[in-house]
Amino acid sequence: MREELYDVVVIGGGPAGLAAALAARENGAQSVLILERDTEPGGILNQCIHNGFGLHWFKEELTGPEYAGRFIAQLAGGGIDVALDTMALSLDAATHTVCAVSRKDGMRAVRGKAVVLAMGCRERTRGAIGIPGARCAGIFTAGTAQRYVNVEGYMVGRRVLILGSGDIGLIMARRMTLEGAKVLACVEVMPYSGGLARNIAQCLNDFGIPLYLSHTIIDIEGDGRVERAVVAKVDEHRRPIPGTEMTFECDTILLSVGLIPENELTRGAGIELDARTNGAAVYENMETAAPGVFACGNVLHVHDLVDYVTAESRRAGAAAAAYARSERARGGAISLACGDGVSYTVPQRVRVESVEKGVDVFFRVRRVFDGDLRVTARCGGEVLASFRREHLAPGEMERVTLPRVLLDKARGTVTISVEEASV
Amino acid sequence: MRELVCIVCPKGCRLHVDEENGYKVTGNSCPRGEAYGREECTNPTRVVTSTVAVAGGAHPRCPVKTNRPVPKDRMFDVVRALDGLVIPAPVALGQVIVADVCGTGADIVATRGV
Repeated sequence: MREELYDVVVIGGGPAGLAAALAARENGAQSVLILERDTEPGGILNQCIHNGFGLHWFKEELTGPEYAGRFIAQLAGGGIDVALDTMALSLDAATHTVCAVSRKDGMRAVRGKAVVLAMGCRERTRGAIGIPGARCAGIFTAGTAQRYVNVEGYMVGRRVLILGSGDIGLIMARRMTLEGAKVLACVEVMPYSGGLARNIAQCLNDFGIPLYLSHTIIDIEGDGRVERAVVAKVDEHRRPIPGTEMTFECDTILLSVGLIPENELTRGAGIELDARTNGAAVYENMETAAPGVFACGNVLHVHDLVDYVTAESRRAGAAAAAYARSERARGGAISLACGDGVSYTVPQRVRVESVEKGVDVFFRVRRVFDGDLRVTARCGGEVLASFRREHLAPGEMERVTLPRVLLDKARGTVTISVEEASV
Repeated sequence: MRELVCIVCPKGCRLHVDEENGYKVTGNSCPRGEAYGREECTNPTRVVTSTVAVAGGAHPRCPVKTNRPVPKDRMFDVVRALDGLVIPAPVALGQVIVADVCGTGADIVATRGV
């Protein structure tokens, strides 16, 4: 078995891995290796042929393949090796050794002075949400259908029902419609959409596809292939309400019911995970609890926008390059805690001494908030920082920047909360 | 007064367009939102993305888009114009696949190389 040493080893060649690898090189890493299990880099962007990517990062509207292409084009120029068709099997968090296998090279052990985890996420499946009914063909996760239609060139169905209002499901509602299918409805169990408002507008409303909030599928029927699905309204405990059933004659059901960070390697390495994000708990520079192991992109927490993945992953790549040349983050850490209305924060810990100007804190809220809102960062009851918002929704990741000068005043724990102005 | 969700960026601003008063737009947080609100009520357009079949390439399909927005009511015509089309590999990023598709003035261009 070959054993090789790199400054930075990046696991995953999607948008997160690409940005991390390029940032590592820019920040002085002499040798970078990307391990990618697909036969080409780009990850999920290759099948996201719709536009709307890059408005933040490139200030222009790109399709997924174009967005990925911008980064792939920069891989040339030396210093970055890309191992395609190569599956990382395990990570040793102490020695930074990644064991990987490919048809071409067989088993290899690669050691990185620093390692970046960028494995992305997977879709939640029918099994994970326990939909009753027949085990017939014609039930796909939205992303699987997207790959069939956009990359492989197969049409997956003619009469489609979509369960869940995640962005991929909404995008596929439009895609299937344009390709000649009839999309009957999008059904969402929560009282609000899981996707972006713009996608409700341009993927459902543009085509007159109804969105049923607080509804779910309670039965699927079909002999061999899906023939119909029964949908019912749910109460506030998400229990179906008898008498509200509707039947949809359909041959296909697409599931867009959430994404799960793919952390088998992280877990196997014994790296601390955050149960709220299902990703590693990280410091301000994207470093996990294992020194020299960094994480970024959807393996860390599920993002709505690839532009934010790029920004976050560049931080991870730059920090990995610094670690590879033996620069260590300094100082004790304060913890970021979730207060009222906040379901998670990334990072979870901040070593204030290592923060230059400020630290970007990403978070999601637990429910829809409208009105005169404040996102506050409090320490011991005292407000360190306060940010105005008019609208917050679980489907839209939020970001605030905590300046170093304010963090210097913090001790112990800083709590991020949503506060509604008292009337 | 028409209510719209702006689709220009992921923020999704809720726009109010006053159709009686020169399509005055409120609720936008940037000039692009104002332009979108006015356009959407006068001449709604969309960029259309799809795929075309490729012969002899590493992939069976090549992703494509209109290089400028086309009228919203022509979206289906544009996608149908690509049915049955097979282009030979290699395809270059930005290559024009169909010029002036359906007389919209927009070209269908490849969004990746195959």
